[in-house]
Amino acid sequence: MDCSEAIHEIYHYLDGELTEEKRAIIARHLDLCPPCAHGFDFETELRSLIARKCRDDVPPDLRRRIADAIGHEPPG
Amino acid sequence: MADPATFSDLAMPFMGPLYSAALRMTRNPVDAEDLVQETYLRAYRGFSSFQEGTNLKAWLYRILTNTFINQYRAAKRRPEQSDIEDVEDLYLYRRLGGLEAATAGRSPETEVLEGIPDDEVKEALESLPEQFRMAVLLADVEGFAYKEIADILEIPIGTVMSRLHRGRKQLQKRLWDYAVERGIATGTGPGR
Repeated sequence: MDCSEAIHEIYHYLDGELTEEKRAIIARHLDLCPPCAHGFDFETELRSLIARKCRDDVPPDLRRRIADAIGHEPPG
Repeated sequence: MADPATFSDLAMPFMGPLYSAALRMTRNPVDAEDLVQETYLRAYRGFSSFQEGTNLKAWLYRILTNTFINQYRAAKRRPEQSDIEDVEDLYLYRRLGGLEAATAGRSPETEVLEGIPDDEVKEALESLPEQFRMAVLLADVEGFAYKEIADILEIPIGTVMSRLHRGRKQLQKRLWDYAVERGIATGTGPGR
């Protein structure tokens, strides 16, 4: 497997959506290829950064309003 | 029959993530609050149809997405058909790669990106056309698997993969543009 093939599969790999076999082939490439390994690591860090930065505080009165709304729903 | 206490215990912890998703979808805090409230009401009313032990988070997101599509996209019969340009793989990495300065633990490239304010990252995600935005948010912010995303958005898995592939790269391009605009990164990277 060459670099462009490995990079082509990067998202399937990081998403855990490859077969064991395919995964092993890429993992082997990463062991042997520091630039690709760094690229994969970066993509992993980037994803975690995006998730972290895309959080929002729930307005307190929204929680209350929803709790009230559910409380007022007819049972059954 | 839904028991309010049980429903609340199980469903309320997801309010933060659902609210964030609603903000990314509606791009409007007032609409986002209404969307989340409507989602919880629908979830509560339909709780008897939820099979205990199955994925509650995915179930809630499905309701959120359907409510969004039905109520906030009601004016449009079809989703935005906007397409996005194809962007090269490892777009950001190729531009940031090879930086010298490093701080404890994280790569120098990530250090550069940490300098982008949260609001701008959110804006970058929100700037993606809707169908790409939803896929990226479900995968990368919420961690759903392809199959779960396919179920939530009611699209084939192949479409999920394609939207993720293109959406993620487009997001990287937007982040790069912000970084360059703010002088966090220089327009001329070492390249790879």
